[in-house]
Amino acid sequence: MEEKELELLELLETNGRLEVETIATMMELTVNETKDMIEKLEKEYAILGYSAIINWSNVLEYEGVTAMIDVKVTPVRGLGFDKIAERIYRFPEVKAVYLMSGAYDLSVSVEGKTMIEISRFVSDKLSTLDTVISTTTHFVLKKYKHDGVIFDDDDEDKRIPVSP
Amino acid sequence: MSHSTKNSHLSTTVANLKPSGIRRFFDLAANMDNVISLGVGEPDFVTPWNVIEASYHSLEQGYTAYTANAGMIELRQEISNYLKHRYFVDYNPDNQVIVTVGASQGIDLALRALINPGEEVIVIEPGFVSYAPAVTLAGGDPIIINTKPEHEFKLQPEQIEDAISEKTKAIILCSPNNPTGSVLTKEELIKIAAVIEKHDLIVLSDEIYAELTYDEDFTSFAFIKGMKERTILISGFSKAFAMTGWRLGYATGPREIIEAMVKIHQYTMMCAPTMAQHGALEALKNGQKSVLDMKKSYRQRRNFVVNSLKEMGLDCHLPGGAFYVFPSIKSTGLSSEEFAEQLLRKERVAVVPGNVFGSTGEGYIRCSYAASLKQLDEAMKRIKKFINEL
Repeated sequence: MEEKELELLELLETNGRLEVETIATMMELTVNETKDMIEKLEKEYAILGYSAIINWSNVLEYEGVTAMIDVKVTPVRGLGFDKIAERIYRFPEVKAVYLMSGAYDLSVSVEGKTMIEISRFVSDKLSTLDTVISTTTHFVLKKYKHDGVIFDDDDEDKRIPVSP
Repeated sequence: MSHSTKNSHLSTTVANLKPSGIRRFFDLAANMDNVISLGVGEPDFVTPWNVIEASYHSLEQGYTAYTANAGMIELRQEISNYLKHRYFVDYNPDNQVIVTVGASQGIDLALRALINPGEEVIVIEPGFVSYAPAVTLAGGDPIIINTKPEHEFKLQPEQIEDAISEKTKAIILCSPNNPTGSVLTKEELIKIAAVIEKHDLIVLSDEIYAELTYDEDFTSFAFIKGMKERTILISGFSKAFAMTGWRLGYATGPREIIEAMVKIHQYTMMCAPTMAQHGALEALKNGQKSVLDMKKSYRQRRNFVVNSLKEMGLDCHLPGGAFYVFPSIKSTGLSSEEFAEQLLRKERVAVVPGNVFGSTGEGYIRCSYAASLKQLDEAMKRIKKFINEL
């Protein structure tokens, strides 16, 4: 991929709300070139959407639990892991699914309102799938960093205000 | 120089030394809330974590004693490798490299090693505020060359000719430059080198911003043919690796001069801080990725700031390096000091008046873009409002 496209993606990944005009200036491109590049990356599904990074633990009204579940499965002949992964990721409470190397096959991240809700999902939906051999559920106690963003980061400027 | 007050205990040299104009702005800004500062001469990034972690580790391991006077040999070796691979200049780590307390100490040591009382050192302005005082403190006389806005404040070779006398010993160069951000190209350096060779001058080349050039590759002055033998290359970790508070720099050059610098250093400083040296070692071994990331971000912000200032109608060249822009504020009818002080009081944006960097900086201000994009955006809005309301 072209170097400029990578630079654009990095900029948008850190701040999806940057104005096209600002991006253009920063990258030494014209506004139209920048617009075209964004459109192209959207069409190629390199950019899937623009979302906010939210620290839910700072939202008083929000109550929720996240669990990371290690899932061992028997791959289906001819379809491998993909079909099983799909069976799992179609559930809306599933926020992420990864195929892993190592001790288990799929890493599934699930969000729910309570621990009971997640337990129900695991016992009723996930472990009852034909191909699932076993599950190990880990509940998340605290989020320190997510997708490269440090939560509760201290962004105070510690420099003296004027220096040579 | 005039004598100091009769009853003072101070040395005449120190008593006559002009206080830095930056000090007054620091005092003003330090006592205000909600100030966005573009007045800072250091990166906004915190030191890369691997460097901090390496320094922690060295402390845990009990590396809390002095090092060799010239610095840890492992670090000198790494500095030598770095300069060879990055800028194609080769120095023997045993006797041509000294680790200093910031590049500032490197300048001080070099001047003290070179200057006999009354000898002259050429200093280019607008330039870093410490050069001329450092020359004076070393017993020399600073001779100022004023660079011109029509040359983007770049030194012209014929200006050196005009400044030279039979007492001239050395010249201090700094590219990329603080405060103007101007970078001398290889061709320009070659022309300067010819004059320097003709008059047999020593060069103190302050290359602290070498990693931060945005439009073309940096050329070390020591790389220019015939110059290595007469150049003291001064640099450090502060700007490129965001390590200002660690106070760690280095100087490389001809063996005779570096050994003389080590002699002064051993009597006055002993060695640079040991934990900082361990951090610097990690910075050189595994720090290039962080440097490139920061550089990319500086370039983007430079473009943003220059564009914003131009849109406001301020005349501003696109600086090729460092993290400063040096726009002209002459169109406002205010002096540099008036502009900076009123901007600070009315809109709470701190910049540094250009005259602080030499009289030729009058009519200009230095804005640092070592600040987050969010801060820069807000600062630009405030400056625009300030100018519109003048």
